[in-house]
Amino acid sequence: MKHLTTIGPVTCPVCGCLCDDLELIIEDNTVIQVKNACAVGEAKFLDCQQNRPRTPLIRKNGELVEASWDEAIQRSAEMLLSARYPLLYGWSSTSCEAVRKGIELAEEVGGVIDNTSTVCHGPSILSIQDVGISSCTLGQIRHRADLVVYWGCDPWSAHPRHIERYTAFTDGRYRESSWRRYAKRYYARQLLKRVQRVSNITSKTVPSTETTTDHLPSFPKVRDRLMVVVDVRRTRTADAADYFLQVKPNSDYELLQALRMLIRQEVLDVDEVSGIPVEQLEELADAMIECELGIIFFGVGLTMSSGKNRNVDAAISLVRDLNKWTKFLIMPMRGHFNVTGANVVSTWQTGYPFAVDFSKGYPVYNPGETSAVDILSRGESDASLVIASDPVSNFPREAVKNLVGNPLIVIDPLETPTSLMADVVLPSTFVGIETEGTAYRMDHVPLPLKKVLEPPDGVVSDEDVLHRILDHVRGLRKEAP
Amino acid sequence: MLKLEVTLLTGRTIKQGVGKELGKLSKEYYSDVAVCEMDSRDLDSLGITENSNVKITTRFGSIVLRVIESQRSPHQGVAYIPYGLWANVLMSSDTGGTGMPSFKGVPAEVQPAPEEEVMEVRDLLKHFYGK
Repeated sequence: MKHLTTIGPVTCPVCGCLCDDLELIIEDNTVIQVKNACAVGEAKFLDCQQNRPRTPLIRKNGELVEASWDEAIQRSAEMLLSARYPLLYGWSSTSCEAVRKGIELAEEVGGVIDNTSTVCHGPSILSIQDVGISSCTLGQIRHRADLVVYWGCDPWSAHPRHIERYTAFTDGRYRESSWRRYAKRYYARQLLKRVQRVSNITSKTVPSTETTTDHLPSFPKVRDRLMVVVDVRRTRTADAADYFLQVKPNSDYELLQALRMLIRQEVLDVDEVSGIPVEQLEELADAMIECELGIIFFGVGLTMSSGKNRNVDAAISLVRDLNKWTKFLIMPMRGHFNVTGANVVSTWQTGYPFAVDFSKGYPVYNPGETSAVDILSRGESDASLVIASDPVSNFPREAVKNLVGNPLIVIDPLETPTSLMADVVLPSTFVGIETEGTAYRMDHVPLPLKKVLEPPDGVVSDEDVLHRILDHVRGLRKEAP
Repeated sequence: MLKLEVTLLTGRTIKQGVGKELGKLSKEYYSDVAVCEMDSRDLDSLGITENSNVKITTRFGSIVLRVIESQRSPHQGVAYIPYGLWANVLMSSDTGGTGMPSFKGVPAEVQPAPEEEVMEVRDLLKHFYGK
């Protein structure tokens, strides 16, 4: 007879939304059904026990071979201690408790500790340090926001439940979901596509399938809300929006500054800005001023394109200008489930949120100099420890060359391109599935993560692996002061 | 050989997100991430069809990918590659003092590459990084 267990609510350890309403059905220590999750969350819970190393690996004669935990920990400690300038990178898909242990290790070995925000919202952090931020929790947006602007982000793909849980498609205390309006638009678009297909067959006249709204709809009801998307492509999120503005690549800065001029009642003496007619910008500016509570959620469309932190400066300054007229807020769409926690813990412990250099014996922070991609590109580090991250897939080629050209330790539950290139691989448990821990949601709300499955025999948590390495490093130091 | 100058964007797709959870060495990840999305008019101008291979070249490198017709068009002159190993071969490591490389809005050139293969993960690692 099957013994099924239902566990819930469970918090999802995938993206910065940290959806905390999942329900899991478990049989024989395997998740067989996931309720309420998005496609990515479901895939993580259902497939987490596939394709993973269960014992440590050490590179010998060019090949990764199985090794004992003692040997792998010993080797890792020796590699870190013998390095002049080690880099400890990753940290965004593990618990705050593991990050805390990692900072202790970085200080002990005199290395640099950097987290993945360096290639994500690092420029946003630089900007927030420059100009400040007017932000909030996601609950406020759910209950009160009547204008939601997604700028340079595609939550439909990257944070699939963000719209449904926190913004346009959720019923808040004072605002209703606008999903019915979206459903009508969706069916109209499908109908238009069918007409187009028929027309393609029967005539040469092709009706347009462009469904961009020419005018921003006025606020339809007192309790309703509008969703606007500004992006370089018509993303799936743009399809769901009431209004979509397609900005030319690398020109968000100009568009944001043009909007600031309109908000300040200045005249734009041009026909279009960044590929968008000024009339459409004026409509958006009017809607921003007229709303009761607005928010801009911005993504790496601003931080990874030309302008980087200056784009975010302009977006935050726009929000500051808007607060002279109404209540307006802004929030970065943080990617990995605990990238915010990695920043928070790093700030508690060192005073700085990422790119912290301990080589002088005290923390130094200077992104561009002490950030992972720059250190690797200049060939400065001589060993690396990568945890809960895959920089071989995510860093530019020049940086990867130096990462894999020096001794490399990888702590990760999964086999990744980075672990394939490692000299020591230390398998760990999945935080939020096989290990408890704390993670910070994108709005800085800390949430507990549950242990719902038993890990494979002998596999321990990131925190425990780091603790063992740290103990070994200290032991070696005592032996050879 | 026909060539087309484009602006290259990289970013997330839902399939890439699911693929990374299934494992970056999985077939699903390879088929969903080793691709380049282009506007149908750009495919026409290159004289190619969906699922043929193209070579994408920037100042920093080049890679062969399978081309698919974008469901997010119109974006003529813009090519889109999901984040991953293949996209990052094409990127500069210059961060302009911010720590962040430019992963979006990179000038690139696309040309048909019917004779060339799309490298799988292990082949790509061996080819570019020698391990």
